[in-house]
Amino acid sequence: MKRQRWLIPVVLLTVGLMGVACGDDDTPTVDGGSTDSTTAKPTFAAGTTMAALQAKGKIVVGTKFDQPGLGQKNPLTSDVEGFDPEIAKIIAAGIFGGSPEDAGSKIEFKETTSPNRELFIENGTVDLVAATYTINDARKQRIDFAGPYYVAHQDIMVKADNNTIKSVADLAGKRVCSVRNSTPAGRIRTMVPDADLQEFDTYTLCKEELLNGRTDAVTTDDAILLGFASENPTALKVVGNQFSTEPYGIGLKRGDEAFRTFINDLLEQSYSNGQWKAAFDKTLGKSGVAAPTPPPVDRYTSAGPATSSTAPGETTTTTAEATTTTAEATTTTAA
Amino acid sequence: MDVVLDNLDLYLLGIRDTVVLTVVSFALAFLVGVVVAGFRVSPVPPLRAAGAFYVNTFRNTPLALLFFLFYFGFPKMGIGFSAFTWAIIVLTVYTGTFVAETVRAGINSVARGQGEAARALGLSFPQTLGVVVLPQAIRTVVQPLGSIFVALIRNSALATIISVANLSKTADQISTDTVQFVPVYLGVAVAYLLLTLPSGLAVGFLERKFAIKR
Repeated sequence: MKRQRWLIPVVLLTVGLMGVACGDDDTPTVDGGSTDSTTAKPTFAAGTTMAALQAKGKIVVGTKFDQPGLGQKNPLTSDVEGFDPEIAKIIAAGIFGGSPEDAGSKIEFKETTSPNRELFIENGTVDLVAATYTINDARKQRIDFAGPYYVAHQDIMVKADNNTIKSVADLAGKRVCSVRNSTPAGRIRTMVPDADLQEFDTYTLCKEELLNGRTDAVTTDDAILLGFASENPTALKVVGNQFSTEPYGIGLKRGDEAFRTFINDLLEQSYSNGQWKAAFDKTLGKSGVAAPTPPPVDRYTSAGPATSSTAPGETTTTTAEATTTTAEATTTTAA
Repeated sequence: MDVVLDNLDLYLLGIRDTVVLTVVSFALAFLVGVVVAGFRVSPVPPLRAAGAFYVNTFRNTPLALLFFLFYFGFPKMGIGFSAFTWAIIVLTVYTGTFVAETVRAGINSVARGQGEAARALGLSFPQTLGVVVLPQAIRTVVQPLGSIFVALIRNSALATIISVANLSKTADQISTDTVQFVPVYLGVAVAYLLLTLPSGLAVGFLERKFAIKR
């Protein structure tokens, strides 16, 4: 975070030097698709995270600020735009009532980068994280995940005129760029130990390195790469060799079962009532990709609260009451 | 704790990389610093101005910003080196300013009569500085130079942001693969102490060895 803050002007300067026009940020016209089925302010059992957030009137969401289509801060309007913020708005609507658009005003977006997401959740800097956050077992030991709400695949982006790198195996001996402390970087270290892995703080810097010719490939989730490639289709392309499955989840404090169930219910509800598809079409769908079938929510058994001192037990009975406000969505999503 | 022991080989590699970065940069920064200190006390105004410009520019800029500007800026003007070379250059340029000011303070602490006597004997300015003044000046600033060295060990961690291998980057990697941040970073803290504490002791030894007996 400390590095990121001054990094923004530097990145802007670099981009400015190149004379690259920033993506067209036409202000989105009022979207008629948002049917607000949950106009009434929901009520929650006392003591739940939902009730606490509702009383506070604000929810702090960690997301990425530098990923086109997924989570990007618009430098002109200071709005955070992308699929992750849209999902956060759906969750906010479930807590505060109203449509996702209206509930957006209750969200304070905080920038999280791949290295600091677990920490921000654990120390309460953010209430939840929606930041291209891959669900995996190592992370489940520190935090809990609701969702997944999207499945990405790790892929490779190269310069448009590069015809030698076609699959992950071709990366051996090549310079590959990814972000520090991220899943894709770790995977490259194990899959292609021969690759010369370069790690920076943001994917924007990796893209710069690729355009400068100081790296041969950028690797991370296809959703992120497609965002960059669609910004600059003449210079960059995505190889299309999907070599992993990255289910994106909502990162939550470990052991908050009521909150997790609540968000899982909300996600399933958004699959069936069209909110999820609207969120996709408005962001990632802009590149021309049709909305995929949303992934089924995984209600795995949590390892329990992070601090073993608090005994799990009686308090979990509030779970049932907490979820009564959201219509129990049927799992419409077949794989 | 197991995380640290299991990855001991990676820690050792990280220590090696940090030592290389630090020692090479300090050797170069020492040369740069002494020359610039000479500029700053020279009788030639343009040299004095150039020395002051260098010190004021780079001492007052955040080190992380220098890493970014050098690594991402210069290649746009067609000047390209490897990331490691840039790390050495940036650390040298930054640390050189502190060495220069420290050495200049040492020069000013040498009694005026020493320089005057040298010139009375017919020595030129470079000779006066090199043979008479600097040897006395540097002895008096061994301790502050040691502090600069220790600071450099820690500053070299910032090379991580341009993806140059060092102890901090090792910690990043291990923590990514294990998601055990606290033990991994505690291990790194210990590793840095293993470098910095002996450095401090060595500086104390050097200071006593070179002390001017008056």
